[in-house]
Amino acid sequence: MREFRFERPGTVADAVRRPAPGTAFLAGGTTLVDLMKLEVMTPARVLDINRLPLRGIDQTRDGLRIGALERMRDVAAHDLVRRRYPMLAQALEASASGQLRNMASIGGNLLQRTRCGYFRDVSVPCNKRAPGSGCPAIEGENRMHAVLGASDACVATHPSDLAVALVALDATVRLRSRAGTRDVALRDFHLLPGTTPEREHDLRPGELVTDVIVPDLGWASRSVYVKIRDRQSYEFALASAAVAVRRDGDTIAEARVAVGGMGTRPWRLPAVEAALAGRPAAEASYTAAAEHATDGVRPLRHNAFKPALMRRTLVRALLELERIR
Amino acid sequence: MTESYGISRRELLGRSGTVAAVAATVPLAVADTAPARATTGEVGVRMTVNGSVTPLTVDPRETLLDVLRERLHLTGTKKGCDRGQCGACTVHVDGERVVSCLTLAATLGGSRVTTIEGLARGDRLHPLQQAFIDHDGFQCGFCTSGQIMSAAAVLADGRARTDDEVREQMSGNLCRCGAYPGIVAAIQQARKEAS
Repeated sequence: MREFRFERPGTVADAVRRPAPGTAFLAGGTTLVDLMKLEVMTPARVLDINRLPLRGIDQTRDGLRIGALERMRDVAAHDLVRRRYPMLAQALEASASGQLRNMASIGGNLLQRTRCGYFRDVSVPCNKRAPGSGCPAIEGENRMHAVLGASDACVATHPSDLAVALVALDATVRLRSRAGTRDVALRDFHLLPGTTPEREHDLRPGELVTDVIVPDLGWASRSVYVKIRDRQSYEFALASAAVAVRRDGDTIAEARVAVGGMGTRPWRLPAVEAALAGRPAAEASYTAAAEHATDGVRPLRHNAFKPALMRRTLVRALLELERIR
Repeated sequence: MTESYGISRRELLGRSGTVAAVAATVPLAVADTAPARATTGEVGVRMTVNGSVTPLTVDPRETLLDVLRERLHLTGTKKGCDRGQCGACTVHVDGERVVSCLTLAATLGGSRVTTIEGLARGDRLHPLQQAFIDHDGFQCGFCTSGQIMSAAAVLADGRARTDDEVREQMSGNLCRCGAYPGIVAAIQQARKEAS
């Protein structure tokens, strides 16, 4: 690990006061410490923010507020989260391991880096890690890589389960900088790689995620997160689906649908939502709507299985929803 | 086992090899509560390790795992992958299981750390330690301290009851010998004893 300057700011204002380049915020450390060991990330200055008052899970005027330093385990266990947004709790519990869920923060989960093996290996090129050096994944080992939102520069999958459920719920992230506070829709927070895959989110220098806000959505109490992976636990998604449905009798009135393991960012599927609305809540409707999930897919050599897997995962999630209540 | 020789395996390795860096813990207490402390060098931390207050100065790059093993000579905690993937280095920080290889020691001022060495009461093994022996919950033993520390937290949490739930909660601890059936049986025995 490279040397760095270690600081422990006493207040949030202190933490964002000096947005020097090469500064990293340290929360749970499950991404940052790992990548510093690999020298994929080499911050000159590390700010330990763990004692800042960015905690709490509470109901606010804007919806459920989750402090950015809340740990994955505590959010998954929280009564309000479990009752109102079961897909959030399920996405969290399907993530990582018990140890890592105790450590990793909610803010850090949204900022975690891709698990692309080329990104993690400093001996090979990677446009995300070393802009302009090339992307070995496009022609290389790409079974786990993205089929949606990729570019000629980068095909890395966004690894977060939580972000998939949050994007389905129209969550926003609250950001704090020297200039003040702003809210950004999570849907716009993660960026497509395009020609600048090193830019992963709409964070300005020195800006800190302080809260995640989940708007009220009564019918999200009927929601699920289904995750398909190579082994049953402690593995990233090959395909996942976060689904909520509001029913009017036997008809689907509204739906929220997002998928993971597929995109270069958490992937909301408005075309599938539109195709579900007004249809009978039955398997035939789900199968027909799921066809729209793969609009614009671009499979690579080793992941041609993903579009079909994604459609089936979606149908399965919608069928599981029927079994609730 | 090693007690009968009056010398631990590690001491033997240290004496016969070139590992002479005994690096006694530096008793330099620095207030952890000092606001906005900045340093490029050493950081003072005062943690409680297995019940003993342990003031240290650490390089900010040092992980809890390396501090436990190399500075405090608590070598029961094992370094497997050193990347947060295998669980061999699992310890408890403030009562919750974490992987010590991804925990920077500099962040732990005021924290309470429990390692496998802190689990037994004197010569009396923790029920999980006894259960792992009873059920052959290991083969080579390298993952065992992490398995036991992880299992202790799972039992304290109390949500895992069926074998499948135990497996799910224990999925962050890999065993390359494949002792999983014995591990699950051991955890179930300890769970039933405790209830």
